[in-house]
Order: sequence, then C-alpha cells, then structure tokens
Amino acid sequence: MSVTHDARVHARPATAQRPAVRGWPDINNPAAWIVAAILLIMPLIANGFFLIEIFATTLILGTIALSLMFLAGYGGMVSLMQLTIAGFCAYMVAVFGASGNANISLGWPWWLAVPMALTLATIFGTLGGALAVRTEGIYTIMITLAIGAAFYYFTNQNWAIFNGHTGINNVSTPHFWGVNWRSDIPFYYIVLAVAALCYFAVDYIARAPFGLALQGVRDNPRRMAALGFNVNAHRVAAYAVASFIAGLAGVLQVWNYRQISPGTVSVGACIDVLIIAIVGGIARPVGPYIGALVFVLLRTFALDFLVKIGLDGNRFRLLIGLGFLAIVFWSSDGVIGLWQRWRQSQRPRTDRPSGGPGHG
Amino acid sequence: MDSVAQRLSVVGAGAALELRGVTRLFGALAALTDVTITVRPGERRAVLGSNGAGKTTLFNCITGDFPPSSGTIRFFGEDVTHFPPYERIRRGLRRTYQISALFPGLTVQDNVYLACRGVSRGRFSFLRPGQNDALMHATDSLVQAVHLSAVKDQRVAELAHGQQRQLEIALALAGAPRFVLFDEPAAGLSPTERAELVEILTSLPAHIGYIIIEHDMDVALRVVESVTMMHNGRIFKEGLPEEIQSDPEVQELYLGGGHE
Repeated sequence: MSVTHDARVHARPATAQRPAVRGWPDINNPAAWIVAAILLIMPLIANGFFLIEIFATTLILGTIALSLMFLAGYGGMVSLMQLTIAGFCAYMVAVFGASGNANISLGWPWWLAVPMALTLATIFGTLGGALAVRTEGIYTIMITLAIGAAFYYFTNQNWAIFNGHTGINNVSTPHFWGVNWRSDIPFYYIVLAVAALCYFAVDYIARAPFGLALQGVRDNPRRMAALGFNVNAHRVAAYAVASFIAGLAGVLQVWNYRQISPGTVSVGACIDVLIIAIVGGIARPVGPYIGALVFVLLRTFALDFLVKIGLDGNRFRLLIGLGFLAIVFWSSDGVIGLWQRWRQSQRPRTDRPSGGPGHG
Repeated sequence: MDSVAQRLSVVGAGAALELRGVTRLFGALAALTDVTITVRPGERRAVLGSNGAGKTTLFNCITGDFPPSSGTIRFFGEDVTHFPPYERIRRGLRRTYQISALFPGLTVQDNVYLACRGVSRGRFSFLRPGQNDALMHATDSLVQAVHLSAVKDQRVAELAHGQQRQLEIALALAGAPRFVLFDEPAAGLSPTERAELVEILTSLPAHIGYIIIEHDMDVALRVVESVTMMHNGRIFKEGLPEEIQSDPEVQELYLGGGHE
C-alpha cells in the first residue's frame, strides 16, 4: 500500500517484538512448567483413586469444557450440547466396538471404532452447529440445550441402538503391545496426552488465522462480513473443531467408566459443563481444566465434608452452586480471572499487561 | 455470438459502480427511492445530504449489509445485487463505518491482519503466520500508513477515538481495493487529524475510486471531483463541487441550514 508514509513514525523493525507475542506465552511461565512436571509424575504421587477418579476425570471433563470454551470464549457461541456430542461419541464407540451387549455392539476393533465414532460425532456436532449459527445469544443456548435434551430422551427410549435406560455396559477397552491401556497408569497417560494435545491445539489455533477470525466474528460479525469473511461458515467450522475435541473426550469417558447410559448425557450434565467452563473462566484454554478440578473435587469430597460438619450429605450440589455463585459474583472471568487479579495486586508495576494478547 | 457480445459489453461497461433504480424499504418507509448512480473507476465523489437523506442506507445497499428492495447494483460490470457482503468485498469493494466497527478484543495488528486475510486465501488456515508471511508485511505497512505503529500491540478497546478512526480506514484499505465507501471518516476528529485524513485520501493511488459521506465541507470538497446531493432518499442533484456549492436550491436545503 502506498497510502501515506509519515516521516515522524520511527520505523521500528516490525518483526522485533513478534516472537514473544506470537509464540507460546506459557513457555516463559515457570508455573506452567511446574504444573506440567507434576502432571507427568502424578502416578508416583497419587494412588489409583486419585489418579483416575480425580485427575483423569478432571482432564476428561476439562476437555469437554475446553470445547465449550473454544466456542464461547473465541466465537461468542454458548453451546450446551458439548457434553451431548461427547456422549454421542461415547455411544458410538460402544456401538461400533465390543461390549457386553453383543446384540447391539458390532465388535469392531478399537482402532476402527474410534475413528468412526469421532467422524460421526464431528458430523453430529457440525449439523447441530449449522442449526445453531442461524441464531444469536440466548437462542443459541436454547437450540443447543434442546438438542441435548432431545438426545437424552432419545437414548432413554431407543432400544435398537442405544439400549434404552440401561445403556451399554462392559465396553471393551484397548489392549495392545501387551499393555492393558485401561489399567490406571497407562490410562492416565492416555488421558493426559489427549488433554494436552487438545489444550495446545486450541491455544495454537487461537493465534492462527482461523482462530483470529473466530474472535473477529465474536467481536463484530457484521464487520467481518465487510472484510470478506463468510461469517456463518466460520461459525460452523468452529463447531466442527469443538465437536472433534468433545468427541475425543467422549472416547476417553466411555473407556473410563467402561459403560455409557442416558444418565451420562442428561440435561443436568450438559449444564455442568457450562458451570465448569464459567467457574474456570472462558477467556483462556486453561480455564476449563481449573473449573473441572474444582468441580470434581467438590463433587467427590463435598459429601464427606457436609456429613462431617453435621449436614445432610445429599446437599453437596448446594455447595457447588454456592461456589459457582461466589466465583461468578467476584470474577466475571472465573478462577483464572481471580488469579490474574491477585497477581496484578502483587505486582504494582504494570509493566506486563495481564493475559495473552488476543485471548479475550 | 450473443454471449460474446454480452461479455464484451460487460468488459467495456466502464463503470466502477452502477446503481439502477435502487429502492430500499423499511416496512412502509422508503429509505431510498429509485436511486440511479454511475461512478467511473478512480472517480472520487461526495454524497451530501441532511440526516435521514439515505446516505448510509445507500452504502448498506452497495455493500449488501441490507440488500435493496428493488433495482440492480453492478460492480465493475458484474451484477452483485444478490451477492452476500463478503463476495462483494472479495471483488475489491471496501467500506468504513460511521461508528467505528472494530474488534475491541484484538490488538491493532490483529485487526489489520484480519482485514488483509479476509480478502486473500487461507481464511480458515490453522497454521500461524510465520515471520516472513506476506500478509504480515502487508499488515505492518498498512499499520504504518495510518500512523499506528506505536500502538500496534495494544488492544483496540484501549485506543483513543482518533486512533480508532484511523484503524477504521486501515481496515478498508487492506488487500487490493478498487472502490471504497467512506462513511463520515472525519466524525469526531481533531483539526490535525482531519488534515491527516485529507492527506491519506488524496494520496490514495489514482485507480482507487471512492464515495465519501462527509458533513465537513472543508474535508469533503477538497478530496472529491464530483458531488451527489441526496434528499429524502432520492438523488437531488449531481455536479461538480463548485456547481453544487453555488446552487441556490442546494444552499437552501443543506448548506444554508448551517452544516454540523
């Protein structure tokens, strides 16, 4: 462009600052390295219960919530069907793979059943997304919630494929190279690898043209169209990416519990994913994992805690609800928002702006 | 034979922008009535008129933000009446908005990068741009052209009004624009910033034509060669700047009423 060139503008080498901005901000963060190291050596620290019931479950739920964070944080689309897509993928793994319900399951090996399930889940989520992108705001929430509710009732009533309310049990898990990959330690590492892959993929895409454009669509869809972008196509593509991520988590989920039933895809569970994402914070991909950890810890220990202080243990959801209210009340950006504010108060010099650029 | 003649007539049509009988209704209200305008490639024209004259609606019809209720719009000979906005933009049409329409959550550089990416391939690319990415260079020179290099890593929400207006113009000049619609680019600018704006407009390459909506006559009449006067959704008068300025009817309607 030969518009005008102002002599007053000191021609700074344009690429000088880019690596720090465009690269991985986490690499310079010692806390990220510590967390990564702890996650890697977790099997040495934690017993089987903590490894699977707390950490693997956190990572699986966090990955489902990550798919919502991708849509909501970058695309401004709150989808309540992410758990439904994960559940659909879990069902497909059970249907195409081997399980105790031999009349339903086709008995394919896992390396065929899983790609098939992921493909179908991605198609399912993309079609749902294609419906949802015709609407905005609360109507997107309603449509995706309706899809989630419809799928829940459908699995309850359909016996031919979904085996009604009993679901599909004894789903077989992968065994190869002489390893039972569902035994605690190998499974933990599979879950960790998939979660890390999804986390870094989302973090990377956020700064790639597709992710930037998605954030542009979030901020101002009309202007995006006036810059040459097909806004709806971008939104549908975002649903496809999010569906694939949710599908991956669904595969892990069915391997984790070795069964899948309508209870897993209930409307309440769909909303739990929203709570996890909001509690953690949807501005950055790490938020959903923090939210999932808080959720899983509360779900697992709130009951004991309540009984200990003399209250009815069944009230543990009340504790989750109160925690949710407190976090949302004090920080619109969840736990990571609280943490960032604390960091800033610790460091009065505002030499470093909070958060990664463009992360919301 | 017939189709060849048709194609030749399209090629030789010569107009950058050709509106024929464009009408836009909002319910019973006609915001535009039977507007016919022809603008040559490279021509620079002002559209004047009081508030509610239909100037911004005219822009919205041309870009496809609101499709016209009837009439046809041709862009460099091609009938784009039923094209979605992004298809028109990809053909070299650009616009700015009266109220800045930017991406507040992104940095200045990312805003301009999106504008460059929107009119080139790889809009869906999952690969981050490398150090020597051609679009990154285009972005940098565009940021520099509108004097925003010093704030390129700042989020747009943190920019001053004048800087946002300059960014608004940068977004419209990305890629290879052939025709630009400027909707009150000087709104809210200081006298110095207005001078800079005039400089940017007059130094645009000669092949880039534009239509500018501008209430500030000092800006508008210095950067155009023809003027279209609108009133109540209709074309009221067309002519050279001096003709329009000295036209008694125009003065009574618009200039005489004191400009905002």
